[in-house]
Amino acid sequence: MKSAVILFPGINRERDMARALEAVTGHKPAIVWHTETTLPKVDLVAVPGGFSYGDYLRCGAIAARSPIMADIRAKAARGLKVLGVCNGFQIITEAGLLPGALLRNSGLKFVCREVKLKVENTRTFFTNRMKQGDVVRCPVAHGEGNYICDAETLKALEDNGRVVFRYAEGTNPNGAMSDIAGIVNEAGNVIGMMPHPENMIEPLHGNTDCRPLFESLLAA
Amino acid sequence: MIPNDIKITPELIAQHGLKPDEYERFRKLIGRDPTITELGIVSAMWNEHCSYKSSKKWLKTLPTTGPKVIQGPGENAGVVDIGDGQAVIFKMESHNHPSFIEPYQGAATGVGGILRDVFTMGARPVAALNALRFGSPDHPRTRHLVSGVVAGIGGYGNSFGVPTLGGEVNFHPRYNGNILVNAMAVGLADADKIFYSKAEGVGLPVVYLGAKTGRDGIHGATMASAEFDDKAEEKRPTVQVGDPFTEKCLLEACLELMASGAVIAIQDMGAAGLTCSAVEMGAKGDLGIELDLDKVPCREDGMTAYEMMLSESQERMLMVLRPEKEKEAEAIFRKWGLDFAIVGETTNTLRFVIKHGGEVKADLPIKELGDQAPEYDRPWVAPNAPPVLKADAVPAPNDLKAAILKILSSPDMSSRRWVWEQYDHLIQSNSAQIPGGDAGVLRIEGTPKGLAVSTDVTPRYVEADPYEGGKQAVAECWRNLTAVGADPIAVTDNLNFGNPEKPEIMGTFVRAIEGIGEACRALDFPVVSGNVSLYNETNGQAILPTPAIGGVGLLPDLGKMATLALKAEGEAVLLLGGHGTHLGQSIYLREILGREEGSPPPVDLTREKRHGDLIRSFIRSGQVTAVHDISDGGLASALIEMALASKTLGASIVALDHVALFAEDQARYVVTCPAREAAKIITQAHVKGVDVIRIGMVTDKAGLIVEGAASISLDELRAAHEGWFPAYMGAKAA
Repeated sequence: MKSAVILFPGINRERDMARALEAVTGHKPAIVWHTETTLPKVDLVAVPGGFSYGDYLRCGAIAARSPIMADIRAKAARGLKVLGVCNGFQIITEAGLLPGALLRNSGLKFVCREVKLKVENTRTFFTNRMKQGDVVRCPVAHGEGNYICDAETLKALEDNGRVVFRYAEGTNPNGAMSDIAGIVNEAGNVIGMMPHPENMIEPLHGNTDCRPLFESLLAA
Repeated sequence: MIPNDIKITPELIAQHGLKPDEYERFRKLIGRDPTITELGIVSAMWNEHCSYKSSKKWLKTLPTTGPKVIQGPGENAGVVDIGDGQAVIFKMESHNHPSFIEPYQGAATGVGGILRDVFTMGARPVAALNALRFGSPDHPRTRHLVSGVVAGIGGYGNSFGVPTLGGEVNFHPRYNGNILVNAMAVGLADADKIFYSKAEGVGLPVVYLGAKTGRDGIHGATMASAEFDDKAEEKRPTVQVGDPFTEKCLLEACLELMASGAVIAIQDMGAAGLTCSAVEMGAKGDLGIELDLDKVPCREDGMTAYEMMLSESQERMLMVLRPEKEKEAEAIFRKWGLDFAIVGETTNTLRFVIKHGGEVKADLPIKELGDQAPEYDRPWVAPNAPPVLKADAVPAPNDLKAAILKILSSPDMSSRRWVWEQYDHLIQSNSAQIPGGDAGVLRIEGTPKGLAVSTDVTPRYVEADPYEGGKQAVAECWRNLTAVGADPIAVTDNLNFGNPEKPEIMGTFVRAIEGIGEACRALDFPVVSGNVSLYNETNGQAILPTPAIGGVGLLPDLGKMATLALKAEGEAVLLLGGHGTHLGQSIYLREILGREEGSPPPVDLTREKRHGDLIRSFIRSGQVTAVHDISDGGLASALIEMALASKTLGASIVALDHVALFAEDQARYVVTCPAREAAKIITQAHVKGVDVIRIGMVTDKAGLIVEGAASISLDELRAAHEGWFPAYMGAKAA
């Protein structure tokens, strides 16, 4: 399982993501600078968290227009797996790889805390080691994770099992519609999520609840 | 001769914060009237913030060396050896005055400035902490200040990408007119790859890097050298504006550049910007510096030499580079979208020469700008120590349970979750203990080792007795690091006081430093960096003396780290250090009886060390399952915090009176252990001359049971503890 982690200026969780990918897959991911125009040959592209371009415009909006995004978009259309986490989710949503948008948290504050995630779809490349309805602990750290989309899109997401993760047990930290924490595209190869599974994979992190998510990549 | 188009009047001199005799000293030094640019430069170099003119004499008395100290005070940050070829680099600095005027930007740039101090030396920042003091919760401005400061700290640190692992938040009416925002940063570097500000070599390019220069922050450092009055608001334009995105890019670019071998000397532009950084590099290297301001990247048109030299625009660096690496260096900075400009060169003249628009705007002796700053031996009077408040003069509460809940939900004792959840405390994946414990702990990547970090001071103790209070700040920090199992290694200090021109304030300052020095010597805990913030007064009312201590400790093995959470039902609860008897200046006295009086608990440093060393040995041998030090609120608060951290367990203890429950005697800890091990621990402690007694057991029946006196459920404790902050800030409880 070879992977690439995309680096935009202002991204700051690329090392967390790279370490998690390496710890589970055994391969050090390639770090790809945003001005590159071609991805290396990989099985997965991870767009990590952070504050690309300071989030000074709409979050993810500038990064979504970076040179590397054209190749990501083209290859994703042909089935390349893409995982966007936090700012990465915002970026790939801005890039049109996923529907909807991420608004300012309903509490208007940045929030870093552990939440509970219910796994709603176990057929994806990031959840195939999980059981339907599993609830895992996972941290969030964001100021703009309030997922929203129009009614039609929401129906499509719900009807087709495209909501992959939902905040569970009253832990929705941001007011996201239908407690949506992560979604997958129609083709099943692009996943975006606000929480940070890469920060909960080893005993030091308090528990290893999110390790099976990364282990899922091995089977995919 | 330099053309002098602006007449230097006494008013102008006063506006620059220079006393008439200071100005005369400067005039004599240069042998003529200065230009306006030169007046600006000297005002920046000789103000309290940059020159330490009131404090230097006393700072020199602090212990600053030790077998592990690589760099003590005098550089951007202190550097300490942590073995295996690595060093930890850290410092704490205040941004009090700006944060009061403009809380978000003031706090944000405080964080930015201290992060820059750390990565300027070649370290990647791995942890941030802060120590915050606000006015009374019912002061109309407090809520706004808390909200802005917390958002500013989070806004900068979160975006930059450093975990905020600890800190303090206190409220007291004495901070109504002057809040304190002290930010600390901790970084890691290879011990043989530390970068310094001392320039070497004549004729080498002086390079400007980072963000552009604007008109923000002009006279920021001068502001830190005077009291506030009712017109403090008018100083708003002197507050800088932070750009954490640029700082993150600057960090990556600097580390890349340092790895390339291009950097000879580096200094960040902090207080007094270009002036301070250039003088520092030249003066330390016995070199002159000539700057051509036409080359400085500016954000605005028409900036004068005066404005450019005094701008405190953020996210800027000055470097001396190896000429042959110039192209490579420029490419790195362009890649990160940052400005790169050669703005001058080093000279052998020992002059600081500023050219702008083809004219010389300043020509000053560079060494004297730093070395010849006035240094004062300000008159001081030792404050009178208040009498010891006898325990029998402190009545018991009418209702113990109500008193416990009241203390737990008081502004100073309630949970700070509302605050630290706005800080990313998990980024970098190395956080082993997040805020809420005795100390923050992070893993040193790629090793089994960990760093423990904590900031501490109890201002009400320092106010009552500066000497004992100074000792206590150090001792508590040392104790907090010890309680997680770390060997305390060194501290940074941030000394926040009022106007040093008043002998009683100066006396408090002197005695606090003496106490700090005494404790640091006794505990082998040298001061390797620090910052002094004076003139924290408004309309003649000074803050509580607040010498914040930021400590760093080393855990040889994170597998042997202690936490405060109770672990298992049926385990024994032990009190190490005996029952307390001292209620003077206690939280109980203040919150329940409304009295702030008496002497603070005395600190016996020999006892402190003996007890702490024993605790550490118990942690490393795996004999104890939970550890928590006893501080604010006494034994009762310690037990409750241990219960709350466990989420499901509580402590059931023998009948104790209010003195034993709430006394704040020092050098004490609560530990738990499997019941069958208790006798062994007690014996081992007695052999070492340490008093350990068994006071109860861990229970799953309630949060806190005091036999025959009170039983409080975990839910009640949690509601009291977690409720105050969100309710106060008008947010919904988490």
